[in-house]
Amino acid sequence: MIFLSRVLPVIVALCFGLLGIGIYYVPHAAAQNLERELALWLRIVFAFSYLLGLYSLLNLHWQRIRQRGEGWGYSAIVYVGFGLMMLFVIYNDGQGPFAPQAEGTAAENGYQWLFEYVQVACSSTMFSILAFFIASAAYRTFRARTPEAALLLVAAIVVMLGRVPIGAYISDYVPAAADWLLNVPNLAAKRGILLGVSLGAIATSLRIIFGIERSYLGGGEE
Amino acid sequence: MVNRALLWFAACIFAAAGESEGAAEATLPLLKGVEVFDTPSDAGGSITLTWPRPDSLPAGSTYQVHIADMREGPYQLAATFASDGNLQSEEPKTFGYGAATKDAHFVHISEYTGEEGVVALENGKPYYVRLELHNGPVSTRTAVLMASAEGNYFNWSKLNNIILGILLSMLILGYIGLARRRALYIRRIGGLEALDEALGRATEMGKPVLFIHGLRDMSQISTIAAVNILGRVARRTAEYDTALRVVAPDPVVMSVSQETVQASYFEAGRPDAFNPDHVFVAGTEQFSYAAATEGIMVRERPAAHIMMGYFYAESLLLAETGSTTGAIQIAGTDAFTQLPFFVTTCDYTLLGEELYAASAYLSREPKLLGSLKGQDAGKAILIAAIVLGAALATLDIPILTHLFTPH
Repeated sequence: MIFLSRVLPVIVALCFGLLGIGIYYVPHAAAQNLERELALWLRIVFAFSYLLGLYSLLNLHWQRIRQRGEGWGYSAIVYVGFGLMMLFVIYNDGQGPFAPQAEGTAAENGYQWLFEYVQVACSSTMFSILAFFIASAAYRTFRARTPEAALLLVAAIVVMLGRVPIGAYISDYVPAAADWLLNVPNLAAKRGILLGVSLGAIATSLRIIFGIERSYLGGGEE
Repeated sequence: MVNRALLWFAACIFAAAGESEGAAEATLPLLKGVEVFDTPSDAGGSITLTWPRPDSLPAGSTYQVHIADMREGPYQLAATFASDGNLQSEEPKTFGYGAATKDAHFVHISEYTGEEGVVALENGKPYYVRLELHNGPVSTRTAVLMASAEGNYFNWSKLNNIILGILLSMLILGYIGLARRRALYIRRIGGLEALDEALGRATEMGKPVLFIHGLRDMSQISTIAAVNILGRVARRTAEYDTALRVVAPDPVVMSVSQETVQASYFEAGRPDAFNPDHVFVAGTEQFSYAAATEGIMVRERPAAHIMMGYFYAESLLLAETGSTTGAIQIAGTDAFTQLPFFVTTCDYTLLGEELYAASAYLSREPKLLGSLKGQDAGKAILIAAIVLGAALATLDIPILTHLFTPH
């Protein structure tokens, strides 16, 4: 049991970790074919895991409906949405569920209509809320209580002015200053973070490949 | 008299034509030093021609490469390009950065148009090629050369990458070994010190802890790092007897998280407290996931939100909604575009590499802590290389720049 739950996953991680690193440096067609094969396995695993995800989602909302928990009506909408989508997918413009999914515009295809006029519209609404959240987050950040916050405020004003026509109208130096802020200090910080992230990724990969880090198997300490 | 004049005129025309042909031929030099070989560091199906750039060529000259699968032909046109193009200096990954690359041409041939359409080069099959230089009606050509394409077992253009990777890996593994023998000082990470505070607060308030995964799937290292942290968090919540909710955007991440949380509860001696329904997929689309998670934040009012992994635009939606509920918020991401949003709205933020350091830091295991020290040492080396490389590049000695250039 210990072998299956502890030793085998570490051996699998070691083998596939080293294989993955090796494939990156080997351009031979055999290595590339193996990589494609592994990607195919991943997609097969992912396809089956979708059933688990579906069960998880529907079970979560079923529990809410059953318990009449707060906001259970939203969970009912999940079932209605799921049922409608499934209905159109199974109907498939009269071709049934085993034929390739029918293509067509939203006016011709119920599935496309639901996707374009419900799913995309809801996602766009969520995305647009971001504008208001950015404003409120910026308000909190730009309250110049400390020298760092004051510096941030000044930099933000310069960048914002430099990105709109009024900035160039005030002075040609404003867009130039905005570009400098983005291309020099901002880019330097970004690259610094990326270097750290890359090293962190190497260290984490080594810990997992050599079985030093086992918390993804639960807990970690032996 | 008229006949003599006509003869003289005709002779003049022929002489002039002969002179001009002779003059044009004189301007096209012989093509010397042409080499043909299998294209290095590729998967196969390609051969490469190289030759030195002639000293001077008349304007408008073009090179043509003709290929055949038999020496006697028929030869088909495989490539044509201007005589001032395809310099080896344009492809440093194959030819390096030497001064000679500015005075040498190259061309890769992977297919040609035959009588039956486009034909791709096959591995192991001999191909016969000749290089031609054209300028108007005048041309010169090389002898026929032979080469065959092969798949290569090592990509030499990634040699710098593998050497740097091995050096950094040895450094990290060296520090892991060192950590076994003596205690190492590790700098304090505020966000991780606060994790216990957040879990303690949730325990005191009798409210759940909400762990939110980033959007990337299980094949991404940031998601693996997040699962590692989840393992540590789950162990603490099991010990404190605090409810833990885990939302994931991906079924595989959910399954792995379920296993991890379950194992942590077992290790903490609380298998009865584990409920698989508390680790679930909230939505597989970006904004559906954000909306569902925000709903949980607002309705269930968890005492702590822990957001770990790679986030996109949903980061601010989650963190801003979370901050309005009054929960203590700890975020960790390597998505540098989202870091400002988390820094603004969360109580503590793990910046970039700290996400990867978190699991090791929380475990306090010497071996894992050693890897953190190795990371820091690697960073110091890279900083030194950047400073030295910048100074050398300023002095027009770009050797370090070339050494670190990815291909």
